[in-house]
Amino acid sequence: MDKPLPERGTILRAAIGIGFYAMAFGASFGAISIGSGLTVAQTMVLSLVMFTGASQFAFVGVAASGGSPFAAVPAALLLGMRNAFYGVPLSEILHPRGLTRLWTAHFVIDESTAMAISQSTQRAKRYAFWTTALILFTLWQLGSLTGALIGRAVDPADIGLDAAAPAVFLALLWPMLRHPEARWVALGGALVALALIPIAPPGIPVLASGIVALIGGLLPTRQPVEQIHDKDPI
Amino acid sequence: MSPLWLAILIAAVGCYLLKLAGVSLPKSILNHPKVQRVAQFLPIAMLSALVAVELFDGGGSYALDWRTLAGVAAGVIALLLRRGFLVVFLIAIFVTALLRLLS
Repeated sequence: MDKPLPERGTILRAAIGIGFYAMAFGASFGAISIGSGLTVAQTMVLSLVMFTGASQFAFVGVAASGGSPFAAVPAALLLGMRNAFYGVPLSEILHPRGLTRLWTAHFVIDESTAMAISQSTQRAKRYAFWTTALILFTLWQLGSLTGALIGRAVDPADIGLDAAAPAVFLALLWPMLRHPEARWVALGGALVALALIPIAPPGIPVLASGIVALIGGLLPTRQPVEQIHDKDPI
Repeated sequence: MSPLWLAILIAAVGCYLLKLAGVSLPKSILNHPKVQRVAQFLPIAMLSALVAVELFDGGGSYALDWRTLAGVAAGVIALLLRRGFLVVFLIAIFVTALLRLLS
């Protein structure tokens, strides 16, 4: 048998802390999703199957803007792209093969990645990934369901929920704005979306802002490339 | 199946496939610096666009509810004071709900 992992307690405590934070985040998602016109079942399918916070918020945000619900699909996918990049460091830690790969992939999100890569040994990394992933997944579902049921019981506008979605997006965006380049990209994205509101169908203003990211990313740079996973969780 | 259900399933399965691609694709593709920079900028541009649309889109024309704006502004103050996500969320909805009740 292996010796017990010395960092076990520390990792477990951190994972539980992140889990409760995610539960509150999930509750706000559930309430906003109901406010956007989704049912409790639809809200829970997003939390269980999509299981990546920013994409879920973006999906219900665009779906609420009216027009075709399919306009919300690319917005969710583009925001979910970062999870693909987390696969690079995680593959070296977890070495998933065959069916394990299908199961592991579902839990590749901001928090599980950040917890895994911040440990010092391979064993601690694997333990941190799975502990964070499973605790967070459970509490995320619990939070989503609670929020959805609260959202169904009250009128969303009465409890100020229309301010919740933009506030949540700002809170997600905030830690990414440390570099001046990032602030220019954010400003550009907002301006493109604003300009398109009166002329483009719903969903398109948010999608079109992706062009700003494309231009910003392909322009020559003098700064060294920052690691993609070098970000705050959530 | 309603269009909304179909859109939910496509987006949810699509997001899963992106995660699966990450643990399956050869490293060389995802490790390219330009690809990484675009991927890093995508959520920044789109979250910022979502804030703009949530605040100013009244269904194909500009519209603004000053109570929502005041709530989000209170949230920004909380962010400037380095408060966490939950505090920002609660302050924003509290201020908006209060103003709506009073006006």
